[in-house]
Amino acid sequence: MNTGDPHDAHRAAELAARASYGRLVAYLARRSRDVAAAEDALSDAFVAALAAWPRDGVPDKPEAWLLAVARRRLLDAGRHATVAARALPALHAVIDEADGAAARELAFPDERLALLFVCAHPAIDEGMRTPLMLQTVLGLDAARIAAAFVVPAATMGQRLVRVKTKIRDAGIRFEVPDPRELPARLEPVLEAIYAAYGSGWEDVAGAEARRAGLADEAIWLGRLVTRLLPNEPEGQGLLALMLHCEARRPARRDVTGGYVPLSRQAVARWNWPMIEEAERTLLVAAHAGLPGRFQLEAAIQSAHAQRGRTGRTDWDAIALLYEGLVRIAPTVGASVGQAAALAEARGAGAGLAALDAMPPAAIASYQPYWALRAHLLAMIGRADEAARAYTRAIGLSEDEAVRTFLAGKEGAR
Amino acid sequence: MKYTILVYENATDFSSRTDERRKEAYWGAYRAYTQALQTAGVMVGGAGLQPPPVGTTVRQRDGKRQVQDGPYAETKEQLGGFYQIDVPDLDTALDWASRCPAASTGAVEVRPNLVM
Repeated sequence: MNTGDPHDAHRAAELAARASYGRLVAYLARRSRDVAAAEDALSDAFVAALAAWPRDGVPDKPEAWLLAVARRRLLDAGRHATVAARALPALHAVIDEADGAAARELAFPDERLALLFVCAHPAIDEGMRTPLMLQTVLGLDAARIAAAFVVPAATMGQRLVRVKTKIRDAGIRFEVPDPRELPARLEPVLEAIYAAYGSGWEDVAGAEARRAGLADEAIWLGRLVTRLLPNEPEGQGLLALMLHCEARRPARRDVTGGYVPLSRQAVARWNWPMIEEAERTLLVAAHAGLPGRFQLEAAIQSAHAQRGRTGRTDWDAIALLYEGLVRIAPTVGASVGQAAALAEARGAGAGLAALDAMPPAAIASYQPYWALRAHLLAMIGRADEAARAYTRAIGLSEDEAVRTFLAGKEGAR
Repeated sequence: MKYTILVYENATDFSSRTDERRKEAYWGAYRAYTQALQTAGVMVGGAGLQPPPVGTTVRQRDGKRQVQDGPYAETKEQLGGFYQIDVPDLDTALDWASRCPAASTGAVEVRPNLVM
């Protein structure tokens, strides 16, 4: 036992919480098959720790201590609450196994991967996969998640409760899918992590306080997946993609807070160690020889990063990568990206032709389409059409700095 | 865990039951599916249902019985039968549900049974 300094105890509890919350939840939930009950038991254990550790000192194995308290709570809850009789054997299994693990003083197994697959299970509502992951694996509270997804905290709380009830009542399997199913099942896991990253990316440098970004959390989850599944190149592709985007975050705003497009960003303000890590990660992924959506997106970002070394952007290469991306993962975003690259490589006319070929329904409310269209029309002197497109792009922008940037370009013609 | 596999069939499926050219394939597929469930030892029960127009819907309102010809709701797919299975988890139940012939033509819903 360490000496009982209350400050140290709080710090130790906090550190244990961050490092092991997801591991403890995964371990308890896998055996009880009940995520909500596992979380409740664990939060009771943390409360108990905050009371006991300042008094008695921090235990040598804080995780084992928390696990022991949590499993006891889980059993109490099983005894008192209206848990169906069939759950009791499962609860006893938790107790026995946790006792065994504690007795052997072994680290308990890391089962967060199974938990990630449960969170992104196809039977779970797509919109709830990311919030569920953030809560169960990272321990984020509903209010913080609600802020990132711009919904009221109470609403997010209810939705999380509902989805955990479904996991328990529908009997979703707590297992890593077998290799045959793994690639298909991994995709929604990666999508959910990327959605968490996106929620943070929109909010550059906390432009809006209520949209507290989750980029750090998403990257943390990305690292976790690459560590737990080292042979899945798409996981590495996603991590590389997020690192590339994150590395450029400081350069997306000038000193006055104005929006700076990628092609104008000062490369000295990019986070180069992070770019190096992204490049290494993508290289490892490429060795597998199994290209996928996230690897291609990361490769596009990697090509943009080359400007920092060579001073120029290879737009032909980027256009080619987008072509591949549109083929395997056709999204509006990818098609607009391809059009932008074509415009840079072969002139505004080529870009406009690509934009014209897109289905009207898909682009009606898609801001990047109208921003690019306005820019290209202005370049070739179709002023009236450009003005209309700028107005549309400004009307669809969520970000004040982007609105100001577009209005400035519109005025400068 | 016990699950019910609800088999929703479209109009073509229902007509396949009696159509001279298609009925053999239809019944053959369901016989094979049912047999597979039995061989795996997961089948608890189930029944095929007569087509929706044979159904009669009843409601008791204000002490009066309201009887209506036909199924409860007019939808493109209608309940054509159900299977009760006993498997370890939802994922295994979904594996079985996706093998049901109606999964390729209509829709198949999987619901855990209430524990009573």
